[in-house]
Amino acid sequence: MDVLVYDKTFEGFLSAVFYVYEYKLTDVHICKEAPGTVMFGKTIHIDTDEVKAKRVWDGLTKKLSREGLQSIYHAYLADTLQEEDTMLAYIRHALSSPRNIEKDYSNFAVLRLQRVDRMVHRERHRMKAFIRFKLTKDNIFYDGIEPDFNVIPLIREHFEKRYADQQWIIYDLRRGFGIYYDLKTVQTITITFSEESQGADSVLWMDQNEALYQTLWQQYFKSTNIASRKNMKLHIRHVPKRYWKHLTEKSPM
Amino acid sequence: MLFVVNANYFSFMEKIQAKLAILADAAKYDVSCSSSGSTRKNKDKGLGDTGSGICHTYTEDGRCVSLLKILMSNICIYDCAYCVTRRSNDIKRTSFSVDEVVDLTMNFYRRNYIEGLFLSSGIMKNADYTMERMVLIAKKLRTEQNFNGYIHLKSIPGASPDLMHAAGLYADRLSMNIEMPTNEGLRLLAPDKKREDMIVPIRQITNEITQYQDERKVLRKVPTFVPAGQSTQVIVGATGETDRDIMKVASAFYDKFKMKRVYYSGYVPISNDNRLPALGSQVPLLRENRLYQADWLQRFYGFTTDELLPETIPFFDSEIDPKLGWALRNMSLFPLDINKADKSLLLRVPGIGLHSINKIIEGRKFGQLTWDHLKKMGIAMNRAKHFITCAGLSEPTRDLTEMQIKGLILAGSSGKFLLHQKQLSIF
Ligand code: SF4
Repeated sequence: MDVLVYDKTFEGFLSAVFYVYEYKLTDVHICKEAPGTVMFGKTIHIDTDEVKAKRVWDGLTKKLSREGLQSIYHAYLADTLQEEDTMLAYIRHALSSPRNIEKDYSNFAVLRLQRVDRMVHRERHRMKAFIRFKLTKDNIFYDGIEPDFNVIPLIREHFEKRYADQQWIIYDLRRGFGIYYDLKTVQTITITFSEESQGADSVLWMDQNEALYQTLWQQYFKSTNIASRKNMKLHIRHVPKRYWKHLTEKSPM
Repeated sequence: MLFVVNANYFSFMEKIQAKLAILADAAKYDVSCSSSGSTRKNKDKGLGDTGSGICHTYTEDGRCVSLLKILMSNICIYDCAYCVTRRSNDIKRTSFSVDEVVDLTMNFYRRNYIEGLFLSSGIMKNADYTMERMVLIAKKLRTEQNFNGYIHLKSIPGASPDLMHAAGLYADRLSMNIEMPTNEGLRLLAPDKKREDMIVPIRQITNEITQYQDERKVLRKVPTFVPAGQSTQVIVGATGETDRDIMKVASAFYDKFKMKRVYYSGYVPISNDNRLPALGSQVPLLRENRLYQADWLQRFYGFTTDELLPETIPFFDSEIDPKLGWALRNMSLFPLDINKADKSLLLRVPGIGLHSINKIIEGRKFGQLTWDHLKKMGIAMNRAKHFITCAGLSEPTRDLTEMQIKGLILAGSSGKFLLHQKQLSIF
């Protein structure tokens, strides 16, 4: 089995798909990083080629609806799951079938891709919910997050529409980039954190009222709870522990 | 925005925090948290929009936190037995000023803590005095702050038509809690409240919503009016009404007043008032849960109250959900062939939800579905398998009795308590 390694970009992945078709590979594995050893077959590093990528995408556009195309992109954003082989199987099924296969739930790649799409959707939804902006001294509302998947591209529009009258930054600490809205447009940015601001939401850069509203929110969270109905199992199912460290209401008062 | 000078910072903070503790605590028994049903757009680059219906966090009891849910004041001239805020209860009383509520809402919203405000209040002085201040808060948020987030106002019983109308112009949702499913219950537990004081404003808003919707069809410029509609809440378990009584009342509210939601609030014993179940008696969580399941089945699965609760069975089975209960009473309709059965029938199979039904219907166009496919679709096979047939081998043995099936399903189900939340993965 040959292993195709691409450069983590979506175009790179599509270039790998092009390669599969170009060389009529059947037993193949696509991934972001070269595996240590490949027992049978070889490792091939794919050059990202926008023209080839576009040809694959155009081909898919003829076979899939917007949702179908999106689900491939979403599976790509599920970067930690490594679903490249599912994506390839889905693409193959789509390209070889005379009719639209998006709802062919008798096909396992279709079922799996839909599962992944749902997972990405859930993570996106979570980030819409779990962002906790902190007002900085520069009058920018900032939050650093560590989502399971690369969902910033999927939440951008939501925040742009909603928080139109304030500057804000949402930063993916895990993937090292973020988005910044400057009251006009949203741009992709990277931040070099200084020693003292590193990671933590330091009071050094917070607006003087920020701590007040954080305390009030914590108080609200506490007071709106009905203690006699405590159900931590349910609580944790909705607010999994891995998100706690970035949630104001789950930090000590 | 509040301007805080450092020297006063702590006393200011403590004052607001103390008020918030009291007024959030007193508001928490209202179970509604919905922030959906309205699609208010962000206007002129202002703050906020609605339509996402996001739960920003969940309380430790597992409920969605979507809105800043507070009382404006817990001063009240009434004495409803089931309510912590009632006049005769010896508690600390406090009120937010109009600007304090506006400021809290804006600052919570800007930090992405909430989708908006859910404001209710004890009755200060009289209905209109209270309602007027609540409307003023909504008005300030909309007109001075250009706030386009969600606003839910819980109207005060007996508020005048003018104030109700004004509320409708600023709020996304209005609610009026009917509280007691029966008239006798209301007379016993909320002697100051008259049913008419609640029904008249509800009816007014129902009519005005229709009127505005009609006008909007002709003129696009007509402003929105209560775009997320009305809701109400009934308290369950404080008096002797049956589940059937409650479901009948709820159905009437959905049909007659086009309510968007009816909420069921399991009575939490908060007082030793001898009109009520004693302190420490069990909160009817499971009962509340069954009512939500039935409500859902009526709104989305085509069931009627009479089907779920025939006259001879006025209460839900605590062991099994209402859909399974119905199916076991109607075994002659099963098993259904997954590859052929009509959607309206598939909707009635225990363990199969709306999502899966759509997948089945799409999937079977491509070929015969097998048990394996059904499992991959996320269907609760432990329940569904007794009521369906499909292609493939591993079919379970048939010809079990109703009691045997119930036993098998109960033996195989776990984590039943997780079902409590009104989430819908259960069917
Ligand atoms: S009128 Fe409302 S706040 Fe006052 S006691 Fe009755 S339920 Fe409570």
